Amino acid sequence: MNSLKFDTTNLICGLLFMAIGIFFAYQSFELDLGTAFRMGPGYFPFILACALMLFGIIILVQSARVQGEPIGHIAWRGMLFILPAPILFGLTVRGLGFVPSLFMTALFACFASGRMKPLTAIVLSVALTIFCVLVFSYGLGLPFRRFGPWLGL
Amino acid sequence: MDLLNNLALGFSTASSLANLFFCLIGVLLGTLIGVLPGIGPTATIAMLLPITFQLEPVSSLIMLAGIYYGAQYGGSTTAILINLPGESSSAVTAIDGYQMARKGKAGAALAIAALGSFFAGTVSTFLVAIFAPPLTEIALQFGAAEYFSLMVVGLVSSIALAHGSMVKALAMVVLGLLLGLVGTDIYTGTPRFTLGIREYSDGLNFVAVAVGVFGIAEILRNLENEKSRTVLMAKVSGLMPTKEDFKAMIAPVLRGTVIGSVLGILPGGGAILAAFASYTIEKKVSKNPQEFGQGAVAGVAGPESANNAGAQTSFIPLLTLGIPANPVMALMIGAMIIQGIVPGPNVATEQPALFWGIIASMWIGNLMLVVLNLPLIGLWVKLLTIPYYVLFPIIMAFCSIGVYSVNSNVYDLYSVAFFGLIGYVLSKLRCEPAPLLLGFVLGPLLEENLRRAMILSRGDPSTFVTRPISATLLFIAVVVLVIVFLPSVKAKREAVFQEED
Repeated sequence: MNSLKFDTTNLICGLLFMAIGIFFAYQSFELDLGTAFRMGPGYFPFILACALMLFGIIILVQSARVQGEPIGHIAWRGMLFILPAPILFGLTVRGLGFVPSLFMTALFACFASGRMKPLTAIVLSVALTIFCVLVFSYGLGLPFRRFGPWLGL
Repeated sequence: MDLLNNLALGFSTASSLANLFFCLIGVLLGTLIGVLPGIGPTATIAMLLPITFQLEPVSSLIMLAGIYYGAQYGGSTTAILINLPGESSSAVTAIDGYQMARKGKAGAALAIAALGSFFAGTVSTFLVAIFAPPLTEIALQFGAAEYFSLMVVGLVSSIALAHGSMVKALAMVVLGLLLGLVGTDIYTGTPRFTLGIREYSDGLNFVAVAVGVFGIAEILRNLENEKSRTVLMAKVSGLMPTKEDFKAMIAPVLRGTVIGSVLGILPGGGAILAAFASYTIEKKVSKNPQEFGQGAVAGVAGPESANNAGAQTSFIPLLTLGIPANPVMALMIGAMIIQGIVPGPNVATEQPALFWGIIASMWIGNLMLVVLNLPLIGLWVKLLTIPYYVLFPIIMAFCSIGVYSVNSNVYDLYSVAFFGLIGYVLSKLRCEPAPLLLGFVLGPLLEENLRRAMILSRGDPSTFVTRPISATLLFIAVVVLVIVFLPSVKAKREAVFQEED
């Protein structure tokens, strides 16, 4: 008999679903479950969370049986620069205002690619900011402050 | 004639100058984004959704529908020219379309795709107009139990049509349902799963989830293999198909239209199934089956028509029942809710101008596609040469502005980042995002109807099987589940999805 070998993808996948299931089950347990007749806020989510845990276990069991393809490349650099970009926009859009905040967001996202050169990134971000201000702020009239209070303007 | 009166109302709504303009913008923008490699219709619509929120409800939905057709056509263009289908429904087109392009018939392939789509779109628009009103009548008799069962059918079929592992698809549906429940409980007002963050008490923003799971995750996937991506460009010349091409495309287009119209109504992504079914049938009835895979005209014309007809008729469950048939329709529902329209059978009677306006705009959108895109093909081809690293900062900026503009809530931007990560991780774990989005939209509706049905039946769960319509629907759901888990079907299903990869 071979020693137990796990398919990494399914192993992680099963564990992830189980963890999410446990989280939701725990949270719904703190709510009022109620009865099947008059369901409380926790009833339906609790059932779903249990189902999710069950599926997690099934995937986990499968991971020990079937060997799948490996996970492959992971876009670390992409994640590092793409995911924080909207957060950056969210943190600064009220304080700095639409124009500087958008410029920073675009410039930051540019560095997600190893092929982008600094000069291209700046030119692209400036052009993009001008375009978006014209379209969204002047054209569509979205109620954003163009320059925010942090700049003292 | 009621039908003619209704259609007249629809066309007068849809052909107002403003609505024509928004339809045009929608089709153009949809094609523009849809033509970008690796970005399918769902991601395109998720990204462009926020732009439409500033408009009137009718114009906004007309523009969204335009974006949808444009994105689908854009996906076919990339499939034919560079063998990179944006979404699985155009994967079939890539098989023969790309071969035609390699033989120097790229122009003809694109024209065949456009003309076939237009014909299918015309027919199925009429089908929607004919069948939507009677179905609305039936839907008005639906109670909470029926709605619950119907949604179960929708969710089950979305599992059946997802790629890969069924258990994963099931888990994704459940996860989507759970995420849909975040926010304030409608019966008791208790906040649920908000982690104490007040900004999430209205629930997670639908646009943020869609943009994150589809848009951002897609960008990250494209960034994985930046270096190995090569764009093989085929030359486009001689747009007009030859007489033989026309002759060869008539029968497949007709068959494709029928198949697509029927399968499109199925909840769970009928358009994808339609393209596959049409390709298989064309191969079976063809006199020269060996031509398929080598650039057969029928292999482009059939699936493209089926695909477009299915895209159109998938509006039927949306307009009559308020139930989305696929992720794109889920996005449309999200848009309707944001516009203050409750999707469902009442839309047709309470807002006839909106209802018929959308139906008429389907046809206008299809017409615009043919008129615009055939001459503009040169421009779209140029777009394909824009390097990806220039595109995604632009997409990121649009996404950020778009999501923020919905509610001016910065927490929505944080959820975009979070769901981008979740979407990417799950796609790395080979989980399809479509069932998750469907679950997310249906989650609150499903719970509300379940609870209402249980209260009405005084806690007796047999209400779901003693009411005939509900029982039939649940029976269908069970049959679908049993069929997909049958070993023989399972093997075939895997083979179909293998072929596509």
